[in-house]
Amino acid sequence: MSAVITQPTHSHYESNEADNFLISSKGVLSWALTLDHKRIGLMYLVGVMSAFFLAGILALVLRTELMTPDQWFLTTQQYNQVFTLHGAIMVFLFIIPSVPAALGNFLVPVMLGAKDVAFPRLNLGSFYLWVSGAIFFLSAMLYTGLDTGWTFYTPYSTQTRGPVVAATMGVFVLGFSSIFTGLNFIVTINTMRPPGMSWFKMPLFLWATYATSIIQVLATPVLGITVLLLAAERVFHIGIFDPQFNGDPVVFQHFFWFYSHPAVYIMILPGMGIISELMSVHCHKSIFGYRFIAYSSIAIALFGFLVWGHHMFTSGMAEVTTIVFSALTFTVSIPSAIKVFNWLATMYKGTVQLNTPMCYALSFIFLFTIGGLTGLWLGALSTDRHLHDTYFVVAHFHYVMVGGTLVGFLGGIFHWWPKMTGKMFNDFWGIVSCWFVFVGFNLTFLPQFVMGSRGMPRRYARYLPEFQEMHQMSTVGAYLLGLGLFIALGVLFHSLRRGKKAPPNPWGAATLEWQCASPPPYYNFETPPTVNDPYDYTPLVYRDAERGWEYVQPVTASKHVSHS
Amino acid sequence: MSLYGFPLLLAERSSERAPGSSYWFPPQASTFAQDVDSLYMYIMYISAFFFVLIVVAMVWFSLKYRRRPGYEGDSTALHNNALEILWTVIPTIIVVWIFAKGVFGYMDMMTPPAATIDVNVTARKWAWTFQYPNGAISTELHVPIHKASRMRMRSEDALHAFYVPAFRCKADIVPGRVTNLWFEPILEGTFDLFCAEYCGDEHSNMITTVTVHSEEDYAKWLADAAKPPTDIEAHGLWLYERMGCKSCHSMEPNKKIVGPSFAGTFGTEQKAAGGAAILVDAGYIRESILEPQKKIRDGYQGASQMPSFQGKLKDNEILALTAFIEALKDGKLTDEELGKNEDKPADSKQ
Amino acid sequence: MTSHDSHDAGHGNGEHAHMPFQAHHFDDPEQQFDAGKLGIWLFLVTEVLFFSGMFCAYALYRSLHPEVFTFASQYLNEMLGAFNTGVLLFSSLSMAWGVRCAQLRQRTGLVVCLAITLGCAAMFLGVKAIEYTHKWELGLLPAGEYVSQFLQTSHHEGLSVWLYILSAVPALCVVGFGGWYVLSVVQGNKLKAEVAGPLMVTALCYFLGVFVGIVFQNAEAASHAQHAASAHASDSHAEHADAGHADAGGEQTSEQVATAKLVSHVEPNSAPGSPTLAAVDQAGGAGVFFSIYYCMTGVHAVHILGGMVVLAWLLVRATKDHFNEEYFGPVDYVGLYWHLVDLIWIYLFPLLYLIK
Repeated sequence: MSAVITQPTHSHYESNEADNFLISSKGVLSWALTLDHKRIGLMYLVGVMSAFFLAGILALVLRTELMTPDQWFLTTQQYNQVFTLHGAIMVFLFIIPSVPAALGNFLVPVMLGAKDVAFPRLNLGSFYLWVSGAIFFLSAMLYTGLDTGWTFYTPYSTQTRGPVVAATMGVFVLGFSSIFTGLNFIVTINTMRPPGMSWFKMPLFLWATYATSIIQVLATPVLGITVLLLAAERVFHIGIFDPQFNGDPVVFQHFFWFYSHPAVYIMILPGMGIISELMSVHCHKSIFGYRFIAYSSIAIALFGFLVWGHHMFTSGMAEVTTIVFSALTFTVSIPSAIKVFNWLATMYKGTVQLNTPMCYALSFIFLFTIGGLTGLWLGALSTDRHLHDTYFVVAHFHYVMVGGTLVGFLGGIFHWWPKMTGKMFNDFWGIVSCWFVFVGFNLTFLPQFVMGSRGMPRRYARYLPEFQEMHQMSTVGAYLLGLGLFIALGVLFHSLRRGKKAPPNPWGAATLEWQCASPPPYYNFETPPTVNDPYDYTPLVYRDAERGWEYVQPVTASKHVSHS
Repeated sequence: MSLYGFPLLLAERSSERAPGSSYWFPPQASTFAQDVDSLYMYIMYISAFFFVLIVVAMVWFSLKYRRRPGYEGDSTALHNNALEILWTVIPTIIVVWIFAKGVFGYMDMMTPPAATIDVNVTARKWAWTFQYPNGAISTELHVPIHKASRMRMRSEDALHAFYVPAFRCKADIVPGRVTNLWFEPILEGTFDLFCAEYCGDEHSNMITTVTVHSEEDYAKWLADAAKPPTDIEAHGLWLYERMGCKSCHSMEPNKKIVGPSFAGTFGTEQKAAGGAAILVDAGYIRESILEPQKKIRDGYQGASQMPSFQGKLKDNEILALTAFIEALKDGKLTDEELGKNEDKPADSKQ
Repeated sequence: MTSHDSHDAGHGNGEHAHMPFQAHHFDDPEQQFDAGKLGIWLFLVTEVLFFSGMFCAYALYRSLHPEVFTFASQYLNEMLGAFNTGVLLFSSLSMAWGVRCAQLRQRTGLVVCLAITLGCAAMFLGVKAIEYTHKWELGLLPAGEYVSQFLQTSHHEGLSVWLYILSAVPALCVVGFGGWYVLSVVQGNKLKAEVAGPLMVTALCYFLGVFVGIVFQNAEAASHAQHAASAHASDSHAEHADAGHADAGGEQTSEQVATAKLVSHVEPNSAPGSPTLAAVDQAGGAGVFFSIYYCMTGVHAVHILGGMVVLAWLLVRATKDHFNEEYFGPVDYVGLYWHLVDLIWIYLFPLLYLIK
């Protein structure tokens, strides 16, 4: 395929309906043993959404218990188990695999115009590793309940009677699922880009996925060895983390956060990638500062490895170390700020379509900005001494992970839903769900900033009555947020049954995945698609609801649009 | 709402916030508070500025450039290096300033003055013990105003963290290490002291108070606190409240916090975890204090493990605790038993 | 669907692809090879990071407690360590040779090279089994289970019961593969015999390793006894001063002698104010060294085992003549993995054995 592709029209639109990857082969086994990245992506989607549903219910249980300062219906022990599982399931089973594994699997090869990821069987293997990890977690939950917090801090995790070993094995297995997914994407993006797609002609979602994958491959093995050593500590008392045998708990924290801080960027970078796509497509304008956004993804990935110590400002690290970590922490805020400004500039003089994906994208910018800015309080050492381990931190990371990743993920699902299922959803109700999520989310977590600065410690099953009002506001917000998510789910399910048939390119996007049918045939592209500027919308013209957007002028692969 | 497993401390609390609280903060009760709060508010103003800027631009753009008939977007604005440099450099300068302010405040917190009042703090699941220079022990912290106090903190089991919001200071207490933390109170009154690092079941009840006294009051309190009661049962109760027993063992019959209640058990026969019978007598109580895991009562196998008090309690103190538990066998303590009736000889009940 | 996913060297996959081995989603064999190569290198990076956690723990605790490491390291038999290093180095050579055979389409050469590599791996594990079981018997265990070497009263003689338990699996393999080999020879199935034979030899090599281990262990004990006898004569006060048990003269068992020798060996070196030997030799002290020792060598041994599974898979494919000038990726990738496992041992050996 070294020849320059010069076909004048986009014949990929007219693929055979029977080749649709959803129905091209039938039966449970054709899904369970599939090597098709799109089916694996959809299975991940179902899996992570179930995990999210479970952990979301747990969150509502927690918030309901916190309506009263004293016990309502959970003992302190049960409360601790519920918040541990809420955190652990959300982090390990939902947020980390959500965008990379579910959307990434579906999109990476299609965006590259490839037939599949580089290692399809490894991909399926990753999925089953994820499933086994999930089973470990569920068994931990059904057995006695884990009460260590998702961070497994020693020595509590070596003393408690909860099923720590089962849970750590779950994390270990999930870690390998994550590593193999990342490895697969790096190799796919490196070696399978079509002719004409240079690094700087890649869609920004792929840049974000690439940066994420680097973190997954480099950081997750350290988590693997950490949880392995923790399990050994519990079973054989190896005395590395347990002070009872001359170990040092702070060493565990270093090991743990060396992974888990970069993991925060595993969670947020793909969300940022989605937003870059959404902002450009739904403003119908080329992304502003392409290279800055691309480089900032890589910068975040690299800086992300150097800032783990900011989780430990009060843990008794040496003063110099603490100050160095604080300084490094601030460096990571700059690339995030660059991204936000570039997204805003993308809107300038664009043609903004306020549909559901765009509403989620705008919510993302709003919420992520709050999440990012509140990081300044926590990065500054003197204010962190006050705010560390209070509700301020809880609110901060929920703004980043829920306001950022989850909202971005939802936006991405709505954006690519027509591509994945071939159905259009009801835009009005989609926007309604976005409003509920937005208002509910802010109502839940804004009061928590105030609670935190007033001194309410986190992970408290009972609290002082002076905080009750704020907690009740937060609980009401959580229910609104839950309602919004249910509406979103309803909109998606409704579209499956009643939705109109989606055209190949309903939004007028220029990336390659919109050049094949909706849903794509199992081979994605019969002939490799024409590679052009992923953010050049000039040759696209809207026909009608049935045909969507189409190219009016031929595009040749040799046309290189430079962004510099 | 039941108060099951909930310290009386909280039940007596009203939902009023402490005097001197502002909307954002608890009272500024230490020398650090002013500094932390001002940096907090500076960051708030900076953030508010950028946040408003971003949101206004976002809303304005999405209205002005919304898709509508007759409006044609202009896609020529693709990049602008001057702009990129501008919005890279300005935030960088701002965060460098915030970082520097944070470091100065932090160094103050980490550098205690030469003369401090040293208090030994022991954190255990789920209680605090404070030991003062004259040997006095208490479960609430007492410090004098305008004098630097330094906490020398140890943990006996899991991680804990010493957190007084009103003082704006916090430090983890890591088992196997001694952590130092100092502050200088500038406001008299009683403030909350939390455990801020998750430590298990009753983490959220590991709350006590810190009382800031005037200098004379502090001296008086310290002198009183150093004297344990002479009556043996009262001494037992005194130890019960100070050595951490209180956080797991209740004084009401059949009320289970974590371990068995002390009330109404002495002299009874209980079932052990293995099925054997245990006679709750002085011998068993002594053994349970020194080697808690040796014989566990049925129904408590799943409870969190009690630490051994070997070497932490003297023999006479174990005797005092035993006498205290014995006095509780009818379910409550009378004034007489607590030695309020001074002429009753302490050994007549043995 | 024919593809090869050789990136996951540690996770052997069993699909036996047929010529041509090019997967449908790759444009050409070159792209496929490049993808596999990048994949395996990335996998090796994750492996290095995986071990780096333990190297960090090692560096940290060695810098915190150098005396613990010098003391406890004396219980490792550097002869056995050196022997194993040699074995692994040789296996790396045979692996590299095997890659060359695959590239030149030398089927027999490849099978022989893979068999040698497998045999070396098994011999390595045999020696490791001797080392482990001997230490378990002596109570040289992770921190929480560590038994003080001075207070020990009972000393074991002969082979550990653990050794018999560990050897059960290889013994079964010898029997199983041997039976399979005989069966396929009788049936005249040359292909099967070519797989079963090397596997049987591999299992036998484990016992060769065990034998070598025993020989070295005994030689070490004998030389200790000799040294101790002379040390006893010239410098006996050191033993009296600290251990207080070492004057049993000629009736000493070899371990007691070794311990006595250690006492005389370590004590003069300890600086004033540094922890005493008794403080080092306790659960929280010396045990940390053995914790790290077991974690590092144990995880390494698991990697050897994983490598053996993949090598066996290659052996099967090699007998079927799957590899040639154009398609030798899997052999190449497994080779890279094997060199990494070897390399990690090259670091482990001096860091653990040679620090006295």
